[in-house]
Amino acid sequence: MRNVFLFIRKYSNFLFFLLLQVISLSFLFRYNKYHEAAFMNVAGEFTGIINQRFSKVESYFRLKQINEQLAAENLRLNQMLKENYEGAGGPGKMIIDTIQGDSAKEIKKYIWMGAKVVGSTVNSQVNFLTIHRGALQGVRPNMGVTGPLGIVGQVLNVSDNYATVWTLLNRQFRVVVKLKIGGERGTLEWDGVSPNYVTLKDIPKSAKVKKGDSVVTSPASSMFSGANLMVGTIDEIIDDRSSNFYSLRVKPSTNFYSIEYVYVIENTQLTEQNHLEDSTRKKFQ
Amino acid sequence: MSELLKNIFRFILFIFVQVFILFKMPPLHRFITPYLYYLYILWLPFNMSRSGLMSVAFIFGLCLDYFMHTPGLHAAACVLIAYLRPFVVNMLISQEGADKNYLSPSITSMGWAPYFTYVFVLTLFHHGYLVFLEWMSFGSFLYFIGKVIATTGISMLLILLTELLFYRKEKFRTNTV
Repeated sequence: MRNVFLFIRKYSNFLFFLLLQVISLSFLFRYNKYHEAAFMNVAGEFTGIINQRFSKVESYFRLKQINEQLAAENLRLNQMLKENYEGAGGPGKMIIDTIQGDSAKEIKKYIWMGAKVVGSTVNSQVNFLTIHRGALQGVRPNMGVTGPLGIVGQVLNVSDNYATVWTLLNRQFRVVVKLKIGGERGTLEWDGVSPNYVTLKDIPKSAKVKKGDSVVTSPASSMFSGANLMVGTIDEIIDDRSSNFYSLRVKPSTNFYSIEYVYVIENTQLTEQNHLEDSTRKKFQ
Repeated sequence: MSELLKNIFRFILFIFVQVFILFKMPPLHRFITPYLYYLYILWLPFNMSRSGLMSVAFIFGLCLDYFMHTPGLHAAACVLIAYLRPFVVNMLISQEGADKNYLSPSITSMGWAPYFTYVFVLTLFHHGYLVFLEWMSFGSFLYFIGKVIATTGISMLLILLTELLFYRKEKFRTNTV
C-alpha cells in the first residue's frame, strides 16, 4: 500500500497530465460522434453574447453588400408576384378552393424564420455559424438553414437564445441535392481543400451535365422545403473512368465569408415523416 | 500591475485576438492556419508548479475550443505543451539560476537563440499533436506533414513579430529572494 502512495506521489504530475488528456480527448470524440459536449449549452450562450457584440461592429462594413443582396432577393420575389401574370383580355378569374377553407395553417408545411449571423468560421476543417435565435424562439436541432443566395447548412446545437449551424464547409456535413436540369440526385460534401468549392458525388453518368448548370435542393432531404432552393453552380466536371458516377465540383452560391442574415426552415411534418419511416424500417428487422 | 492581474488580462486578450482577428482572416491555403494563442502558455511565469501550468493550459484551451466548436481539441494540445515546458526550459536555460533571477521565459531572461529554440520545439509539439488529432478524423499523411510544417512557419513568424512589437522588459531579481 505504501508503495502505491509513493508511486502516485512520484508520478503525480504525469498522472495529472494523463487525466487532463483523457478528459479533453473524451470531450473531443464524444463531440465528433454525437455532437454533444459537456457544458456546450452554457458555453454556447456565453460565446454567443460575445460574438454578437463583435458582429455589431463588423456588420457596418458589409452594409452595402447586404443591401445589394436584399435588392436582388426582392427582385426575384417580385418576379413571382401574381400581378405579373396576366393573359390577354383582362385579369383572369381567381378561384379559391373552398374545401380547405381557412385551415391554411394546417397545410403549411414549412415555416421560415429569420436570424442574424453573429459568429462564423471559414478557416478550419469543421466550420460553423452562430445565429442569434435559439430554443426560446422556436429553433430546434436538424432544421435546415438557407441564406438569401443559397443554402447554408443545418442547425446542430441549440441554447436558449443562440444556435450553431454547421455549414456546407464542414467535412462531416452531407446533404442530398439534385441537378436543376434532369433532376438526378446526388450527395453534396466538402473535401476540405478550398472554401470556395464543394463536391457533388453520385450523379449517374447518364445525366446531362454542363459547366454552369444549377444545383438545387431536393425534396428527398427533408430539412429544406421542396421549393428548389439554390445550392450552387457546377464549376468543373471530373470524369472518373473507373466509376459510373460523376464527381462534380460545385461553387456554392452562398458567400460564407460575408453572410449576415439567414433563414431557418422548420418542417412541421417532419416528426410524422420520421415516425412513418422508422416504423417501416422496424418491419424489416 | 500585479503578475496575476497581468496574466488574467493576457488570457482574455490572447483568446480574443485568436478568435476575432486570426481566425477571421480568409484562409491563404488549406495548410495554413495562423495560430498565436498558445504563446500565452509559453509566457507563464517560471515559478508556477507543473500541475498549476497544466490546469491553466487546460482551461485556456477549452475556452478557445468553445469558441471554435471543437471541445477538447486545443485543450489537449495546450496541456501537452504545458507538461513538456519545464523539461524544455531546464534543457535550454543558459546561465545557472536564470529561472530564479527572472520572472518568465523571454528574450532577456534566456537569450535569443535558446528562447527561440524553446518556442520552436513547443510550437512543433503543439501543432504536431493538434494536426494529428485532426488527421484522425480526416485527411491524409501529406495533409498532416504539410499542415504541421506550414503552420509552424506561420506561427514562428507571428511570434517573432509579437516579441518585437511587445518587447517585455524583464526585471533582474536577486536570487536571494
